[in-house]
Amino acid sequence: MTEEIIIAGFGGQGVLSMGKILAYSGVMQNQEVSWMPSYGPEMRGGTANVTVIISDERISSPIVHQYDTAIILNQQSMDKFESTVKPGGLLVYDGNGITRHPERKDINIYRIDANDEAAKLGISKVFNMIVLGGYLKLKPIILPEFMHKGLEKSLPKRHHGMIPENEKAIETGKNIIYPVHTL
Amino acid sequence: MKELKLMKGNEAIAEAAIRAGADAYFGYPITPQSEILEYLMAEKPWEQTGMVVLQAESEVAAINMVYAAAACGKRTLTSSSSPGISLKMEGISYIAGSELPCVIVNVVRGGPGLGTIQPSQSDYFQATKGGGHGDYRMLVLAPASVQEMCDFVPLGFELAFKYRNPVMILTDGVIGQMMEKVELFEPQARLTQEEIIKNTPWATTGRTPDRERNIITSLYLDPYVQEKHVCDLRDKYIRMEAEDVRFEEIATEDAEYILVAFGSSARICQKSIDMARAKGIKVGLLRPITLFPFPSERISELADQVKGFLVVEMNLGQMVEDVRLAVNGKNKVEYFGRFGGVIPNPDEVLTALIQKIIGG
Repeated sequence: MTEEIIIAGFGGQGVLSMGKILAYSGVMQNQEVSWMPSYGPEMRGGTANVTVIISDERISSPIVHQYDTAIILNQQSMDKFESTVKPGGLLVYDGNGITRHPERKDINIYRIDANDEAAKLGISKVFNMIVLGGYLKLKPIILPEFMHKGLEKSLPKRHHGMIPENEKAIETGKNIIYPVHTL
Repeated sequence: MKELKLMKGNEAIAEAAIRAGADAYFGYPITPQSEILEYLMAEKPWEQTGMVVLQAESEVAAINMVYAAAACGKRTLTSSSSPGISLKMEGISYIAGSELPCVIVNVVRGGPGLGTIQPSQSDYFQATKGGGHGDYRMLVLAPASVQEMCDFVPLGFELAFKYRNPVMILTDGVIGQMMEKVELFEPQARLTQEEIIKNTPWATTGRTPDRERNIITSLYLDPYVQEKHVCDLRDKYIRMEAEDVRFEEIATEDAEYILVAFGSSARICQKSIDMARAKGIKVGLLRPITLFPFPSERISELADQVKGFLVVEMNLGQMVEDVRLAVNGKNKVEYFGRFGGVIPNPDEVLTALIQKIIGG
């Protein structure tokens, strides 16, 4: 199994940390992982993205131009990355602020209104974990026990008290994601 | 089991420096390598091992601090990215001329000039052919993973002291910024002053009655003395070529075509190889790990066995010159690259191989 994922959105949405938690959980599950962030001019413009690869085999290139999954959290990222999903692949997006919805017919498209849900529950901090939960429902590549270990490893000790809240957010995400277009 | 961590390449360099028993780091921040200094400042190794971490007032100051600490026999490193490395070049030439051991990390970004902060391999010539003035070489290590970023720090120190010569770790923004699994090695204690005096009898550790003064200099006004000095340096470089060439081969046993690439380009080429083999094209990879000394001998051997070489670099074509020298007209050598901070994709590499080598 090799899963190549791009997560893209605004800085502050927790894009990089979502990728880190996913990658660390992969390490805990004894898989090969890589995490490659955008650090260039686009980051300075307010958008952020990260490529995460989780694989059973040695990872060749940490940089890819086509993805199995794109998790898209703003319009700029939709414009940039919708076309990079492999045919038959998966696109997950949050509808908040999206003015042009994905149009491809050769991929699976799911929507998760995590931003609205987080606001409703008053847990905007774990918005990214709601999204991650939605993704993991569709592609359960990480087992819950390893997700727990991944959270422990990637969060500083002083934030370990928040792990249950993060795990609850993951469960919430699993419940609210819904299909827009499936093959 | 050894400690397994998920780390950025830059962080791995910093952690490895502490664990390798480094005495001092002198640096100045610049993207994409600022995490090295940040990590060291956050870890505060001066409280644990006594290692000095200092943000100098400039890159020039930092490299001259390295000169001084290395002259005292200390394990010292500095890091920067391309424009900052250019500033350090005068100091590096003096360090090479004075035969001082140190590790210099260059996390390359696209140039020339201030260029871009995106990854590039455009400092190959500068690292392997000189950069500063005078007849000198650095031993250049090119990591292709975060694990190698970690492992090449103690290796760099070992080689720097073996040859009394600066060692450069030449990497780029891809390897510096990405996170991968790292198996950290056991921390080594810093050398005691007694051990430094014993291991590096040339160092300026304070004259004792039983020996003459140790003088660290690169100035020899008598040309015949200078010529002898340069001959001694040359002998070291010849010895490096005999004893410390390092490279990795992937899928070369049955290969009809060879990709030659270092660092992050070599990672991208591995994906191209998988794609090529899925189409039935037998391609292998030769990845130089030491860029100087260069694996010329092995490339020459492969030139007798294969149908052609494609050199893949994130620059206008620099290492391709060394591959052509190694092949020496025996076989076809072409170049493919992207530059200015653009990263080639594996499809482009495969297309270039088919067009320039297989079909051409």
